Amino acid sequence: MERKEWPLWEVFIRSKQGLDHRHVGSLHAVDAKQAVQMARDVYTRRMEGVSIWVVPSEAITASDPDDKAEMFDPMADKVYRHPTFYKLPKEVEHM
Amino acid sequence: MYTQAMDLAGAPTLAPASTPEEAAFNARIAADRKVEPRDWMPEAYRKTLVRQISQHAHSEVVGMLPEGNWITRAPSLKRKAILMAKVQDEGGHGLYLYAAAETLGVSRDQMLEALHAGRAKYSSIFNYPTLTWADMGAIGWLVDGAAIMNQIPLCRCSYGPYARAMIRICKEESFHQRQGFDIMLALSRGTTAQKAMAQDALNRWWWPVVQMFGPPDKDSVHSGQSAAWGIKRISNDDLRQKFIDATVPQAELLGLTIPDPQLKWNAERGHYDIGPIDWDEFWRVVGGEGPCNRERLATRVEAHEAGAWVREAALAHARKQGARARKRAA
Repeated sequence: MERKEWPLWEVFIRSKQGLDHRHVGSLHAVDAKQAVQMARDVYTRRMEGVSIWVVPSEAITASDPDDKAEMFDPMADKVYRHPTFYKLPKEVEHM
Repeated sequence: MYTQAMDLAGAPTLAPASTPEEAAFNARIAADRKVEPRDWMPEAYRKTLVRQISQHAHSEVVGMLPEGNWITRAPSLKRKAILMAKVQDEGGHGLYLYAAAETLGVSRDQMLEALHAGRAKYSSIFNYPTLTWADMGAIGWLVDGAAIMNQIPLCRCSYGPYARAMIRICKEESFHQRQGFDIMLALSRGTTAQKAMAQDALNRWWWPVVQMFGPPDKDSVHSGQSAAWGIKRISNDDLRQKFIDATVPQAELLGLTIPDPQLKWNAERGHYDIGPIDWDEFWRVVGGEGPCNRERLATRVEAHEAGAWVREAALAHARKQGARARKRAA
């Protein structure tokens, strides 16, 4: 059967402050141009952004939640990667 | 499998887990961490969320109808622009919620089909008619006010996509309540006829709004399990009380009378006491016998069917353009 539902897109918006594009939600649209137009209408009605990215949802590859432990746990015991790990002598005021 | 039989008597607890996945899920709920779309979840949790989120989405979309009726008749350009912005917001809210429900594996078409076939519910409040301009004020002030009370705890709901949609919605919703109050304020400070119009709207909307929080805790079918799963954080009766306590002083400020002769401050409880709620009416309207049930659903179905050729043509056009572009590239 022919699919009648419009494809799903993920929407990313960059705010005026120049931060990274941030995922804000998704919508259905027939093509990229229409997805941008709709994202403007839905996600920037209150000056939330000055730039829009749209990506077909099916183009996204995500990490597997079942692999969470082997993917992310190894980082838990590497405290030396954070500046707070290092105790500075009192004489050093700013570093 | 979890049952729906638990109620709010005592602290809600989860049934003991029978599999490792279920134990991990329970631990996540207990630790107040979010459940995300691809995480394992009990089938009943998924079903409860699909039901609740899609009903919520349908309510936003059907909620556009009674207000849309008044866009052409708004009393000034300012009010017209505000009302259009509000109705546009409601459409957006429907979209955020449908998108959240779609992450649970149900399609947009399936949800719309359930609504149009009358299998899925939407908020019973939209089955009442909007007879005068003051109804736009009463809806914003009371209906959106009640919705905010309901929705703020949902921002902390255990299902990530639903919680995130609710955060966005709550941010936009407070404009809705204020614009409604602003309409009521203008009318209640206006001519005698305008003030009477505001009072009439309050008379008609008060009890349906009080009913919006759902059946009393002792009769609520879904609350217990939803509380255990971190979907519902505050009970129907507690939210209703909170709404009444906040709204009574606002009505006084407007110089309007809440249509409840038994409404009285109870110093001992620190809350307002109210008269009996007509639950028979609530169930009648939920069951399809409200003043506008048939009209609302028929309007919604007609809009969807009349737009079918646009959706199909847009899709066909995009496919053709895509095929042409691929041919040129080859």
